[in-house]
Formats: sequence, C-alpha cells, structure tokens
Amino acid sequence: MDETNASKIQYQYGLETRTIHAGSRPDPVTGARNTPIYQTTAYTFDDANHAADLFNLQTFGFIYSRLTNPTVAVLEERIANLEDGRAALCASSGHAAQFLTFFSLLNPGDEFIASQNLYGGSITQFTHSFKRLGWTCNFVDMTNVENIKSSISVKTKAIFLEVLANPGGVVIDLEAVAKIANGAGIPLIVDNTLATPFLCQPFKWGADLVLHSTTKFLSGHGTSLGGAIVESGMFDWVGNADKFPTMTEPDPAYHGLTFAETFGDFGFTMKARAVGLRDFGPCMSPANAFYTITGMETLHLRMLRHVENAQVVAEFLNSHNSVDWVSYAGLPKSPYYDLAKKYLPKGAGSVFTFGLKGGYEAGVKLVESTNLFSHLANVGDTRSLILHPASTTHRQLTDAQRDAAGAGPKVIRLSIGLETSDDLLYDLDQAMAQ
Amino acid sequence: MTPKVPSSLIYTDDYIEKILRGTRTIAIIGASANWVRPSSFVMKYLQGKGYQVLPVNPARAGEEILGSKCYANIAEIPDQIDMVDIFRSSESVGPVIDEILPIVVEKNIRVIWMQLGVRNDSAAMRAEAVGLQVVMDRCPKIEYGRLFGELSWSGVNSGVISSKRRRIG
Repeated sequence: MDETNASKIQYQYGLETRTIHAGSRPDPVTGARNTPIYQTTAYTFDDANHAADLFNLQTFGFIYSRLTNPTVAVLEERIANLEDGRAALCASSGHAAQFLTFFSLLNPGDEFIASQNLYGGSITQFTHSFKRLGWTCNFVDMTNVENIKSSISVKTKAIFLEVLANPGGVVIDLEAVAKIANGAGIPLIVDNTLATPFLCQPFKWGADLVLHSTTKFLSGHGTSLGGAIVESGMFDWVGNADKFPTMTEPDPAYHGLTFAETFGDFGFTMKARAVGLRDFGPCMSPANAFYTITGMETLHLRMLRHVENAQVVAEFLNSHNSVDWVSYAGLPKSPYYDLAKKYLPKGAGSVFTFGLKGGYEAGVKLVESTNLFSHLANVGDTRSLILHPASTTHRQLTDAQRDAAGAGPKVIRLSIGLETSDDLLYDLDQAMAQ
Repeated sequence: MTPKVPSSLIYTDDYIEKILRGTRTIAIIGASANWVRPSSFVMKYLQGKGYQVLPVNPARAGEEILGSKCYANIAEIPDQIDMVDIFRSSESVGPVIDEILPIVVEKNIRVIWMQLGVRNDSAAMRAEAVGLQVVMDRCPKIEYGRLFGELSWSGVNSGVISSKRRRIG
C-alpha cells in the first residue's frame, strides 16, 4: 500500500514547536490566540437527544467540568502530543492521576509491582491507602531488573517505576523492564515527572502508560497543582482480556459499554475519565490548566537550564570538602551514568541528593542556613529548593524503606532552579560553612 | 475495533479530510441494531454530522436502524452511495469488494473505508485499480472528531498543529 496516493508522508513538527502549539488552535468562535480560561461548571445541550448522546458517550462534547473542560482539554492534548501518546487525562494532582490509573486497572485482590525508588508520597499511597481498597503493591529493587521477574504472579496487573527516581538520582533500565512487562502481558506505568518528555519519552522504550505530576517541571513555576495520565495506545487490552476485565468486559457503570472495544487505542483514557473522574471527581481546575499551559510553553528552554545548572552544582558538591557523596546520574562516577546517557541524553534532570560528612545534624543546619535555596517540599520550580527528605517527604516511611528509597537520615535533596549558577554554589558554600 | 499492533498505514490529514468533506451518503456494511455496539455509535454520530447513513445487514433487512431502512446487501440500495464503511472482519472484505465492484459506476461509489482493525491489502488494491479511494484500519467517527476538533475535547492527541481557527464541523 506504500505507493498509493493516500500515503504521502505527514510532516512532523519538532518538540519545541509542539510544546507551544499542540492542542491549542485559535478559538473557533472568537479567534482568541491564547487558550481562554473556560471558567464554567456546565455546558448547554442542543436538545434532549444531544444530551442523551453525550451521556451515552455516543458523541464528543462537554457536559460538566468534572469530566471535560475546554481549557483542561488543551493541556491534555498537549501532554499527550509531547509524550507521543494517543490520549491524556488531567487530574487535580499527580496523586489523583495515580489513583485514577490504578482504579481503572485493578479489582480488589489484584497486585502490582513498584520500584522501591519512588517519591515517598507514592510509597505511602501504595502501601497504606491502596491496601484498604484491596490492592497490594509489592516493592522491588529495580536497579536489578531480574528482581522483577521473580516477583510477578498471576495476580500482578502492572509494573510501576520512576525512570528518574525521586529523590535518589537513580535511573532504571526502562527498556529492560518494558520487555518484562510486555512478556507478562501487563502494562508498564512510568512516572515521568522528574524527566518530563523533553528529557525522556518512555513510550519510545516500550512503556504503556505515563504519569505526571504537572505541578513540577511541566507547570514549572510552583503555581499550580495537577496530574496527568498519558496512554500510548499500544497496549493490547483485548489480547490480555482475562487480566483486565475493567477494560474488556461490559461496564455496568456505563450501560454495558466495553471501553477497549468502543474506544480502541484511547479506551483507557476514556475509562479513567468516564468512570474514574465521574465517580471520584478529582478533576483539574481550568485556572490551573491555564497556568500549566502557559508554563509548559517554555519547557524546552527551562529544562536545558535546569540540567545545565544541576550539572554545575553536582560537580561543585562532588569536590567539596564537607560533602561525603553526591548521587547525580550526570556524574561519570555514578552507577547510573550510562543509563542516564541512554534514557536522558540531554541531561539527568535537576533533582538529586547528597550526603554531608557531618551527617544528620549538619544536614539540618544546612537546610536552615541557605539564603537562596528555599526550604520546602516541592521540586521542579524556577527557584532552587532544598529539603531533608527523612524529616519531611519520606517521614511516614520506616527506616528500612527510607534507606531503600535513598532518603536516609543524612540525605539532602536539591531541586536546582534557573538562577545564576555561581549564586547557587555561593549559597551552598556559605550554608555548609555555618 | 482494537488493533493488535499499531497500524503501519499512514494517511495524510488532507487525504482523510477531503474524503470526509466530499462525502454525503455512507452505506455501513455490518450495521447493528444493538445501540451499545460500536457500529451503532458510529452511525448515530455520522447522522448527527449531517451524513445520510444507509445500514446494510441481512439479518435486519426491511427493519429500521436509527430511523433508516436497513438493506440486505449493497446492491439493493436505490440511492447513490459516496462511501462504503465496512464493519466486518478483514477476511470478509474480499467478498464485500466483489459485491461492490460491479455497481461502482451505477451507484457513483468513490470511497471504500474499512473500520479500525480491518485491513485487507489485496481487496484494497482491487478497489484502487478501478479508481476508488481506500482507507483501512480507521474509524470515520474518530477521524471526523480528530480533524474537526471534537476528539481533542476528550484529551486525544489529534496531531493537528495550526495557527488557523478550527472550522466548526
């Protein structure tokens, strides 16, 4: 069929262009060039038949902003486009996106495997709150992918990891894990928050679903909470129907509609939206979508400076007398240096950890002594941030979990911002001298 | 409707858009009277966009599906037909094309469209040999929604980049 008149090649725009344009054509009625904030709860129906079609999912359109909103939809399409995915769904936070993902996949009694190197809040969500829903998470050290194979059982329905882990500077061998997931007929879910699609595109390596906390680098300015689920469109739900009845059996919560059959390669997104968002309600607000869209337009510029500054700071700390160790995958001595070169060729992100020779007390002193670095629990801001994970983000974990997650008592986490890099070195140097 | 592998068929947006804009009458082979079936979703959506949709299903011949008379086969349809949309298995497309080819001129048929997951290269070649345009492994509802903006409302990646206002479809 390649020689037919139908198959001329469609021009492909670059990532930078898509970061600015994807999903946001001028408003069809007013011509407004920037995406308007559609600050509305609900949308009028043309007539009763139109309303019925919308509620039955027989036509596309807006009913109520808990399900869809035109401003949020622009952000959803933009994220889907940047990840080279089929479709995306935004939620009120990254945690909400995670909840909707697992709700759409699992039934009570099901299990999934997660990397032990995760954001502490995810470990807590998976360990405690998911357990009350009958979902069991088995944590595995994925720095050796063989550990995953031995943990898969008939109950295992997904594998979850952060390709660039928070907080430890750990990079997981994504392609190898994707092969294992594919062989087991289960989706690989990748939290791509710390890398963003500018540094890493997990679908290229075989992931099936990508999650984001858009609060971080995508939004980029520390203004707006949000989360996203992106679907590759490549996972074969029907071929693995025995494992995923939520996708392949008639859904009693939707008049017997079967999502994988009716919506094909964006069936997961439709399920998470039409059932998950509808019934649990963690939708993104139009205003937060607007701030995130605006922030994302400079993603490519910001990420370049984030990784450039992070490399400078990591090298500075690596040769500093007060520093015991630095865990940044952009340093040649890092055990994850080669994996970072493969999966994150433009840079190993800007969130990493280091340990002070002085241990816990010196760490507390440091976070309290910086003048430019802000002491707070967030990452992916224009501003540089500093945190002591053991006493904050990873506080709810056991000592063993904290050590496994790279968040032991001596660990300091940095999120390097966009300031003058010399100023960041000056600030850390003076704080460590206190 | 779910493809097991991503389609290797590449159609330009322009090719699909011209087909959808140039079509008024669509015969659906394999139309279902069960309203939760995908073919019913597609038929109702296309009707809503102003297309005249003619259902074909021998088991329902003479009955009405979504207000339109159902025919036993395509030759029975008295009207002109711009496009034939095939909701059948890939293997079944060959005999459908056998039925269509003798009446292409009489019915003024210009487009053969095979639904998502339906692909039959040899049948497509035979159709193209007599000047028909062919689309395989696509859904006209999804393509209409994608190119005219509605699919983007559900967060689907349309792949469309444009600084021009979207025309309201």
